[in-house]
Amino acid sequence: MATAAPQQTARPDGTAGFQAAFDAAVAADERIEPRDWMPDAYRATLVRQIAQHAHSEIIGMQPEANWITRAPSLRRKAILMAKVQDEAGHGLYLYSAAETLGTGRDELLDKLHSGRQKYSSIFNYPTLTWADVGAIGWLVDGAAITNQVPLCRCSYGPYARAMVRICKEESFHQRQGYELLLALSRGTEAQHAMAQDAVDRWWWPSLMMFGPPDDESAHSAQSMEWKIKRHSNDELRQRFVDICVPQAESLGLTLPDPELRWNEERGQHDFGPIDWTEFKQVLKGNGPCNEQRITQRRRAHDEGAWVREAAAAHAAKHSKATTEEGRAA
Amino acid sequence: MSETPSSTSSGQEWPLWEVFVRSRRGLAHTHAGSLHAPDAELALRNARDLYTRRGEGVSLWVVPSAAITASSPDEKDPFFEPSADKPYRHPTFYEIPEGVKHL
Ligand SMILES: [Fe+2]
Ligand SMILES: [Fe+2]
Repeated sequence: MATAAPQQTARPDGTAGFQAAFDAAVAADERIEPRDWMPDAYRATLVRQIAQHAHSEIIGMQPEANWITRAPSLRRKAILMAKVQDEAGHGLYLYSAAETLGTGRDELLDKLHSGRQKYSSIFNYPTLTWADVGAIGWLVDGAAITNQVPLCRCSYGPYARAMVRICKEESFHQRQGYELLLALSRGTEAQHAMAQDAVDRWWWPSLMMFGPPDDESAHSAQSMEWKIKRHSNDELRQRFVDICVPQAESLGLTLPDPELRWNEERGQHDFGPIDWTEFKQVLKGNGPCNEQRITQRRRAHDEGAWVREAAAAHAAKHSKATTEEGRAA
Repeated sequence: MSETPSSTSSGQEWPLWEVFVRSRRGLAHTHAGSLHAPDAELALRNARDLYTRRGEGVSLWVVPSAAITASSPDEKDPFFEPSADKPYRHPTFYEIPEGVKHL
């Protein structure tokens, strides 16, 4: 994941030859690497997508971190801390991947903090009870996995490699959430009700994580052509629903959709309409926690400034001392 | 391997390091990814936290990204061409009578 100078294309022979080489590589399912020529729009699409993905990992730490101090046992607390730490790691892998396209880390963070780049709308919902930690692991990480597994074969090498690493780590996230919900579901009546309530609240927002329906998805077709994306939003959403239905049964919990039923003919589940108005509202910044998440993120960044500055000053001083020592020797 | 990423609000971005991990004794270090750190010592610590949270490594190298010189992708073909027309460098180039063993 080394950075690379974006290759500019002021070549005597123009870009036609480069475009052909790029198209051929994508068609042959080869990976595009940082120093290869690539169309400007491909680069811009990747920066936007990878940045948004990285921001989601970082912002996604907040709703769960909310429960670390109140985890019901030391075991659960250790697990939750490990998970939140993983999400920080995922953000860093992805920022590194975005940087290989020539966009600096600080620039990406600036854009997050100023709202010019987005993060997944799912993290603008609050975690009201301990059961939400379970519902997030099962449903939110579950949806993320469904989205991310095909990204391991994305045409851009550094992004694909980051996704391989991330997917390996995600399965623990999903399983711990499922186990947590199972314990609650099999617990007291109140615990069971708490688990059900969490699933009721997280189910629909999780389905929205796959993005708008295919006929309204602005960038999908081009991304599929570039093999950044391998499956459409609706395809992945359907896959996720079909996976979740039997898992919910094993949990002894229901999914909050009266229209959810097996369709023999399609060999898939039918499910009810998604409230896209809500999705758009949350995306616009009007979700329950948008303000809180970004304020918290900015504060963490500002409050950490002195650490970054001190470390940089220490490094500068140290390297100066080493150089002088070198000269004296 | 590159230009420093374009500069930024604080203008204080820590330099970029490439991380190499030896997953087991007996294996070579392999490139795992990159990270930012103010100096080599912190780069190593960050690399431990970022790339070896699950026992993925027994040894780490961190190298300033700027210190890496890479072959150019544009010259890929001519640069590696000399090896393409030398099939006699491969053992399969040679015909050996059937039945000859340990060869
Ligand atoms: Fe993650
Ligand atoms: Fe996760």
